[in-house]
Order: sequence, then C-alpha cells, then structure tokens
Amino acid sequence: MTTPLSHYLLLSALLFSVGFAGAVLRRHAVLVLIGIELMLNAANLNFIAFWRYGPHPEALTGLMFAIFSIAIAAAEVAVGLALVIAIYRHRKTSQVEQFQALKG
Amino acid sequence: MLSEFPFYALALVTLFAAIAAMTLRNLVHCALCAAAAFTGVGALYLLLDAPFVGFAQLLVYVGAVAILIIFAVLLTCAAETGPGIAFSSSWLAGVCAVALVLAGLVLPILMSPSLDRLAPPVAGAPVKDIGNQLMTIYVLPLETIGLLLTAALIGAVVIAMQDKPDAQPASDVKPPPREIADKDLCLR
Repeated sequence: MTTPLSHYLLLSALLFSVGFAGAVLRRHAVLVLIGIELMLNAANLNFIAFWRYGPHPEALTGLMFAIFSIAIAAAEVAVGLALVIAIYRHRKTSQVEQFQALKG
Repeated sequence: MLSEFPFYALALVTLFAAIAAMTLRNLVHCALCAAAAFTGVGALYLLLDAPFVGFAQLLVYVGAVAILIIFAVLLTCAAETGPGIAFSSSWLAGVCAVALVLAGLVLPILMSPSLDRLAPPVAGAPVKDIGNQLMTIYVLPLETIGLLLTAALIGAVVIAMQDKPDAQPASDVKPPPREIADKDLCLR
C-alpha cells in the first residue's frame, strides 16, 4: 500500500466527472442512468479509500456506508429502468429531451 | 514503483471504460463498457483490503445492474441512437458545469498536503467482523435497507407493468404511432 490517498481521490474525482458529463450531456435516458451509477461508484470509492487510510480502520464505518450505498443504488436503478420502460411504452421515445409532459 | 503498478493499471482501465461508456453510440456497447468500469472499481476495492465490498460490487453491479441495463436497452429496442446527434442540445452549459465540478473536486485534492499520506499497515476487515456489526450496531439500517429494496422492487414491477387496454377510458385513448416508431427506432 504505497499509493498515496490523493491518487485514489483523484481517480474518484475523474470518475465522478465522467459520470456527471454523461448524465448531463447524453440524450438517451438509459445513458443518464449509467452516468448516475458511475457517480455513485466514485462516491463509494471515496468511502472505501478514506476508511482504509483513516486512523481507525477497525471501526468499519466507511465500509458499512459503502455496502448500504450499493444496496440503495441497486434499488434506484431498478426503479429508474422501470420508469424508462414505462415512458417508452407510452411515448415511444427514450430521449430525455422529449420527456416534456411536466414542463410548465 | 512496482507495488503501485496494479493501482495505475486498474485506474487506467476503469477511467477508459467509463469514458467509453459515456461516449459510444451503440447502447449495448455502452452498457458493456459500464460493466467493465464497475468491475474495475470492484478490483480497486479488493486492492484497498475490502474484499467483501469488492465482491458485493461484482455481484450487484456487474451481475444485476449491468444485466438490468442491457434488458432495458433491448426492451426499448433503440440500441442505436440513430443518425441524429447523441449529445444534448444544451451541451455548452453542460460542459461548463462539468468543468466547474471537475475543478472544484481536483483543485482541493491537489492543494491539500495532508492527503498524501500512506495507508496504515493494519490488515483489512474480516467478514466475521462485518457480519457482527451488521447484526448489532447496524441492524436498524439493515432492516430499513431490506424494506427499501422490497418497496423499490414492487414499485418497479408496478411501474413497468403493462396497462390493461380496457382499464382506460375510451375517449382519450390515442393509438400510438406504432409503425413509425418501429421503423425508426427498432433494429428489427
């Protein structure tokens, strides 16, 4: 373990930015969901890295947070993809810019 | 330097897979590259002495989430994004937001010298300790997560369920332009 903590944090920041760019810039709803998943993964990587490099690794706090975060991400992606399928069935499109029914 | 090689190799693979997942045009290729990125993050967890979280990541993300995404892509039968532009029309504002977020994350990391520390030599977390803590300190969050997963999966089934055609009032039922949609969006 000779890698400094900042390298993990830099990788996590880059991964978060890539996911954010995909969620903001792409037009397909499934790709927006993949971008959100990449952002969640980057956050989890930060939790694990801070847990490992922290002064009390035996407390397991960051580890537990990452486990619960993975479970919540699974629930989120299930509901998100169900929404994509339901919207596709009604509107025959999965481009985010055409989901305008709630626009004021 | 040799002991740092696995981290840099995994970091490169993860980053390139993530970038490919966000830039490719074919949605199935995007989903597979996202699965590769999730695998890289799971391997990084193994490198960080957290094998339980690493294997949970492989099971949940590579095993379940990637398959769900591929199923959603195939069910909406729009694997190709079509001849149009794949990126949003307000891409300039998006690029500015992404640059701001990247700068806001990277600059503080580069400017703080306390983050250059190395890991303490303590070995990682045994699975027995994780199980003990899940059943004692974290038992309430664990039960809440179980309830949340149940509610989310039932909700997903209800949302994605096929509407019965006679359940809607006949006045505002408009037949969807099925022929046009099938011709434009499906690969079949």
